[in-house]
Amino acid sequence: MSTETVAAKKSEALFSKRRKAIVTDPLDDDNPVTVQVLGICSALAVTSKLEPTLVMSIAVTFVVIFSNLIVSLLRNAIPQRIRIIVQLGIVASLVIIVDQVLKAYLYDVSKVVGVYVGLIITNCIVMGRLEAFAMANKPYDSILDGLGSSFGYAWVILVVAFFRELLGSGTLFDIRVLPEAYVNNGLMTSPVGAFILIGLIIWVQRWRNGYVEEA
Amino acid sequence: MQQSNGYVIGFAVAMTIILGGILSFTAVSLNAKQKEQVALDTKKQIMLSVVPEMSEASKTEIAKVYDKQIQVVDINGKAIDGAVLEKLDISKEWKKLKKGQDAVLPVYKFMSKDGKSVDSYILPMYGYGLWNDIWGYFALDADLVTVKGVVFSHKGETPGLGARIGDAQIQDRYKGKKIFNGGKFTPIVMVKGEGHTGLPSDEVDGMSGATLTANGLNEMVGRYLKAYEPFINKEKGTSAVSMAQ
Repeated sequence: MSTETVAAKKSEALFSKRRKAIVTDPLDDDNPVTVQVLGICSALAVTSKLEPTLVMSIAVTFVVIFSNLIVSLLRNAIPQRIRIIVQLGIVASLVIIVDQVLKAYLYDVSKVVGVYVGLIITNCIVMGRLEAFAMANKPYDSILDGLGSSFGYAWVILVVAFFRELLGSGTLFDIRVLPEAYVNNGLMTSPVGAFILIGLIIWVQRWRNGYVEEA
Repeated sequence: MQQSNGYVIGFAVAMTIILGGILSFTAVSLNAKQKEQVALDTKKQIMLSVVPEMSEASKTEIAKVYDKQIQVVDINGKAIDGAVLEKLDISKEWKKLKKGQDAVLPVYKFMSKDGKSVDSYILPMYGYGLWNDIWGYFALDADLVTVKGVVFSHKGETPGLGARIGDAQIQDRYKGKKIFNGGKFTPIVMVKGEGHTGLPSDEVDGMSGATLTANGLNEMVGRYLKAYEPFINKEKGTSAVSMAQ
């Protein structure tokens, strides 16, 4: 079992250095998409427009934070032998709730992202956080961890979506920004464009941080 | 502790009951709202096949026009009861149609503003694409020969390839095509490959990379137009008579 638990004997400040690191690490140095290379399939699939990407980000944030919280609360009660099934059950239920709410209140968006919202269940970021963090840490820390990881995922896919929509359709949030004369770049509307953009983000980030993959 | 079989089974059962309860509560409480959304969306799809310029309008606005100007009749030209229409599931009717059983085939008549003459006829369709169900609304002009517009939608075609049947760019290709060629009934066919020009009046340019979705689309359009053919011929007869008078 993971030994990530940090014994916090005396009461720790709400935003102590360690807790800040839990939130900020996944944004850059330990980003789930660009460094851990997780959640790539949804990053490719939903990022052709900004609106569905934003909805997807919110959905993933909701699922990661709440599944982290619930698993963390139950961490001492969950039997070791069925823990993956329990985690999956919790994640799947949250995902179904998100999907149902979208269908009721944001029907048009749900038609676009519906398939991928269902696939949050298999998003490695979610299960990864539960296994690596929530099973061994206190609820509050787990919420912070969920916040960090999901924002780390969200900013990457939002940047990708920004460029894909701008260059691929000449619009942002479906509002025309580039002049009519602009010829849409078909590469950007296809998933290949997302691959290229994520590659560029990884490149820039590693160049800036001097990150090197361990052999 | 925690590791006894009894504990594991007990935990699993408790979790199932609690999660199941929460999920069914969500489903039941959101059901009415979802149905309303689906109904509005259907009305929007039907209307967009005849008035594409309303694509930016809100669904409630579109529903208002729908309620005012749409009349629903069956294939014999008789008005369909509202209660029947509410329960009508085109996907079920499609299965019946495929088996050659009697299916309810509604025709949505888009009336002119004064409600006296028919502006266009909208034929709902259902079929199977490459991965999953596809459906659409096929609108014919009052002459019942020229295509006024189409709206296609899908459940799970490949984004960027087959999913393009949902794009206005593809749907616009059907506009102005004719389902009669020299007096002979010819369902409209999407050809293989993209970039064709000068196609005859019963063929539309294809989608490159999505031939199988296009095949499904052709199958659907062909099957339904054929099913609606008696209605089309009958209406054409009556409208010709009324025009002659």
